Amino acid sequence: MSWRVDAEASMVDRLRGRLEGPNTYGNSRLFWAGFAIVVAAFAAYPQLVGVYTVIQTSRYFALAFLALSLSFIWGYAGVLSFGQVAFFGVAAYTFGIIGLNFGSATGIMAALVGAILVGTAVAALVGYFMFYGGVRDTYVTIMTLVIALVLNTFMAQTAGSEWAIGAAQLGGFNGMDIPSLTLGIGQSGLVLERVAFYYALLGALVVAYLGLRALVNSSFGMTMVAVREDEARTATFGYNVPFIKLVVFTIGGALAAVGGVFYGSWGNYIDPTVFGIAFAALPVVWVSVGGRESLLGAMGATILIERMRTELSSGIGPIGSEWALVIVGGLLLGVILFMPAGVVPTVADRIDRLRSRRADNARSTTPTEEAVE
Amino acid sequence: MIEATATPLTSSTYSLAALFFQFLNSFGFIILATVGLAIIFGMMGVINLAHGEFILIGVYGTALTYHAGVPLPLAMVAGVVVTTIFGVIIERTVVRKLYDRLLDSMVATWGLALVISQLLLIVFGSSLDSISTPMGSVSYGPFSSSIYRSIFLPIVAVLVLAGLYALFTRTEFGIKARATIEDPETARAMGIDTDRMYVSTFAIGSALAGLTGALYAPALGSITPNRGSTFLVEAFVAVVVGGPSVIVGTLSASGVLSVFNATGSFFFGTFIGQMFLLLVAIVALRVLPDGITGYVEDWRQRRRAEQ
Repeated sequence: MSWRVDAEASMVDRLRGRLEGPNTYGNSRLFWAGFAIVVAAFAAYPQLVGVYTVIQTSRYFALAFLALSLSFIWGYAGVLSFGQVAFFGVAAYTFGIIGLNFGSATGIMAALVGAILVGTAVAALVGYFMFYGGVRDTYVTIMTLVIALVLNTFMAQTAGSEWAIGAAQLGGFNGMDIPSLTLGIGQSGLVLERVAFYYALLGALVVAYLGLRALVNSSFGMTMVAVREDEARTATFGYNVPFIKLVVFTIGGALAAVGGVFYGSWGNYIDPTVFGIAFAALPVVWVSVGGRESLLGAMGATILIERMRTELSSGIGPIGSEWALVIVGGLLLGVILFMPAGVVPTVADRIDRLRSRRADNARSTTPTEEAVE
Repeated sequence: MIEATATPLTSSTYSLAALFFQFLNSFGFIILATVGLAIIFGMMGVINLAHGEFILIGVYGTALTYHAGVPLPLAMVAGVVVTTIFGVIIERTVVRKLYDRLLDSMVATWGLALVISQLLLIVFGSSLDSISTPMGSVSYGPFSSSIYRSIFLPIVAVLVLAGLYALFTRTEFGIKARATIEDPETARAMGIDTDRMYVSTFAIGSALAGLTGALYAPALGSITPNRGSTFLVEAFVAVVVGGPSVIVGTLSASGVLSVFNATGSFFFGTFIGQMFLLLVAIVALRVLPDGITGYVEDWRQRRRAEQ
């Protein structure tokens, strides 16, 4: 009997070994117990609240992919992109275009794959262009923002009927219809809506989070962090820095693209505001507030901040919806000034320091007592 | 009718003139939109993403004073003063904590930008009454150009650059400010109050943003709280294309970019002009990562090394 328990325990250990490391916060049994409880709570959530809340929460999940994407490239490789929304939006539009032209379940499955591929490919192209062209630091940030704004300007003027790809009208600021996400082959399939959509997103988000944890704690993750800390030194050790940044940026683009597909099919609608400067600011706010070096912090901040925005715009609370952006902007400003690492890393740091101080106290008090005796 | 009576030669002369005025219009706009941002970035290494909103404060300051019955030139002065005071407050409370933290300065000022434009929306509503453009316009053949936008503003823009050049190279203040940027510790050891230099430089940058806002208040048409981003994008692009040298960089980048912008706008409409500008910026960044002046500096050093 006991060998079996050992084998199981060692498998859990091996799994934890993959997911834990110096690059992530939360490497204790307590953390994983808490994580399991939170996931279970989210799984039980649709049974406890109305459909409207469930649908809203699915939206936060879709946006959380965008936060994960920025946290991954900014927090772990030091590449600050203001244009993750570009890949997000491109994927949403691509999903709509393919989905509207091939209405069957197979068509929508193809649209899902196609949209993620196109979003990822655009990110890879932009990344190649920048990192192999020697574009650095702030200039990367500016360039990504300019790319998003180019797309915003371009899509804004596609209202005319000549801007159509097959059956899909791009529609300018009138927006474009997007089909719901459907799983299946042939004409009919399982349409993911409401609660089913919520569970699909929750599952995808957990998988993405655990996958990213494994990645940032792998040897590639260590190299990413090395690039973040000191690019020149990493290059001296023989690493191909532009290639690493390209890979990181492409993975980030893929995550944003997944989020974009979910976001588009969530509202069955997309318009050029996804490329606009106000929407482009949001991922930066979520990730800065939650903590860019904490994937979980970035997701948590997304859900909380977006929830606050929804509640303000539906008139809950003493102030009107127009104050939402003031609060969001003020939050960003305040966090950068007073808590530059973001909430989760700062809190984790405090707890660590408190614990080590207590451990020190315990160690130092025992001998003194003995000495007094 | 006009086309029919004009000989091919004169009609193409008219077109050339119109293209030239379009160029001047765009040239003046890009210089004025950029110069405040370029000073703050080039001298202090802080990217002020709220630059567009600083300009907007200048616009609002001017428009509100003008609508209260003050003559336009005085209203413009009010716009500049308001923006400068605002800039000094922001430097003391926010920006001073962000020196040497380039990426953080971008993120924090972006937050500031959201707050400012949203507060303007909340306090003053979705738009202010527009101010009619002074000085009228000149007609030639089938075209007409606004004198204010195509002649007066480009001249002001060039004068502003010349004034800045004189300020930073010929005055004691300019030399102290540059010394502070170059090597703050040595500057302090030489008895320069570096803290004051930072505030003054940021104040100058803000005043220039306010001036741009004041000058464009009567040339924008509708005054809305989201106009800041129009200025910001052009300014961003020009700073990046221009490179590290503030004045020469701004001048050369504005020249290059407005050629593309004006040509695109003239032949294919303003939308294509805007796209041209952004695409040129992306390509320029790829080819010249340090901008025009960075490339020139590089080339000079290589030539010196060869000699």
